[in-house]
Amino acid sequence: MTEIPAPALRMRRRPALYTGLMQGLFPVLVVLMAIIGVWYLGAFFLNSTWAQDQAARAGQPLGFMDLVSATMTQDRPVLPAPHQVAAGLWDGIFGQKITSKRSLVWHGWITLAPTLLGFAIGSLAGILLAVGIVHSRVMDMSVMPWAIASQTVPIVALAPMVIVVLSSMGITGLIPKALISAWLSFFPVLVGMVKGLRAPDRMQLDLMHSWNAGEAQVFWRLRLPSAMPYLFASLKVAVAAALVGTIVGELPGGASAGLGARLLSGSYYGQTIQIWSALFMAATLAAGLVLLIGVIERITLRRMGLAR
Amino acid sequence: MTAALSILAVWLGAMGLNRRIARNEGPLYAIIVAAIFGITLLVLWEMVVRLYHVAPVILPAPSAIGKSLAANLPLLWGDFVQTILKGAVVGWVIGALAAILTAIAIDRSPFLQRGLLPIGNFVAALPIVGIAPIMVMWFGFDWHSKAAVVVIMVFFPILVNTVAGLKATDSLQRDLMATWSAGYWPSLLKMRLPAAMPFIFNGLKITTTLALIGAIVAEFFGSPTRGMGFRISTAVGQLNLPLVWAEIAVAALAGTLFYGIVALIERRVTFWHPSQRQ
Repeated sequence: MTEIPAPALRMRRRPALYTGLMQGLFPVLVVLMAIIGVWYLGAFFLNSTWAQDQAARAGQPLGFMDLVSATMTQDRPVLPAPHQVAAGLWDGIFGQKITSKRSLVWHGWITLAPTLLGFAIGSLAGILLAVGIVHSRVMDMSVMPWAIASQTVPIVALAPMVIVVLSSMGITGLIPKALISAWLSFFPVLVGMVKGLRAPDRMQLDLMHSWNAGEAQVFWRLRLPSAMPYLFASLKVAVAAALVGTIVGELPGGASAGLGARLLSGSYYGQTIQIWSALFMAATLAAGLVLLIGVIERITLRRMGLAR
Repeated sequence: MTAALSILAVWLGAMGLNRRIARNEGPLYAIIVAAIFGITLLVLWEMVVRLYHVAPVILPAPSAIGKSLAANLPLLWGDFVQTILKGAVVGWVIGALAAILTAIAIDRSPFLQRGLLPIGNFVAALPIVGIAPIMVMWFGFDWHSKAAVVVIMVFFPILVNTVAGLKATDSLQRDLMATWSAGYWPSLLKMRLPAAMPFIFNGLKITTTLALIGAIVAEFFGSPTRGMGFRISTAVGQLNLPLVWAEIAVAALAGTLFYGIVALIERRVTFWHPSQRQ
């Protein structure tokens, strides 16, 4: 039913974009609608117990339609309905002054700033160490096994300690969270970049050699360009990891600002709508960051003549 | 001054030794070089802490961490069982089974694949740990809520990998099965699932770490009075840093073991794959 016969399309001179949309966007939209439908059903069933309790206590039997409306409008539902979350998000983003403590934009910025700083530090360190590893056999044999092994370690467990230790040394705010983000984004970049810098094969290296290219020229003209696709793939992983690091870094130590703190205070006071709004805000931030790196990737690869 | 010099001497000595050994080829030498590097770092850490009298509430020495590890073994074992065996592993198994079954189910419908895969890829990049407070509210403080977080965290990466894996057969292979008049199920079980195994195991290996992260972070939102995340957050509050580091060492060990076991099973299952050949 989604397939529109191709000849008809051609006769009406529909551009390829149209079929692309029907092929690409339509199924996604249908699945999204299905998810929202399941969500509404879930909200109805999960919230109905409380609604019926309230009605029984008040001595008023609930009709079906009353029950439906009662499950969709609770203040602290077990599962808020999608429109409640949307309203919470809207209110948090546009309904408040940006400087207000109830504004999601403000909390989002508190989370975003350390994420970006940590991501910059972590990926820069990862790239530099990768360059060292590719050029030094000792470093490769010493550091690389540990870098790979560290991928299997739940590094986030370190977050509370880093926060508390640094605050006992008088360092609070942006820096501790940025350090956790940096640590989390460091390893994906390191591993991806080493893989990328090693991507040129024997033949390409020999060709450079036959042109009498020095180590530096091989690096700038061959290794670095061929590492770019690998670098961007791991940067996307790293930026998502950096955001997770910041959010987890906001959990301990009674932080009062940031999306992680919103999650925590929401869970203390049973404010489910607040939790879900903060969650969606975090998801939006993550998606935005990944998309942004995708755009930078496309521009960079085109400038370097690597676009496929 | 002498402190700095002796630390520098140890570092240069170890690196010089490594430079010597690194000239040799062979897997044994690779292990030795990596081990020397790791041990050197530990020794330097110990030296820095001792020579500069770093306060134990900031950075405890490795020896103090070791002592704390040995003294608290029953406690650490209880936390390990609660967080890793109950929370992470149970959730990981349920999530992996659900993801693989879903992948097989949507495999027959290109429409569902086109709809679900972009969403799966998108969700895989989101900070899903944020769902932890909600799961703690729904399933209570005990390990069930942790397992629920882990199920959601591991589901999408494994789903995306399995769907990619089920496409890994080429038309020649599928035609061969067709000439043997193999139906959908025989060709799924005997050709496509085995061919998908390298992809599935890729997803399974990536998600071992995610499972541990989910189980530990979920405990920051509420837990019974045991568990690694609980222990870390309370011990940090009491400034019992050696215990925190001991717990982190256990987490690191558990993560490596978990990954290693999955990698070992992978080697058994996908022995035919080029990456597994010696």
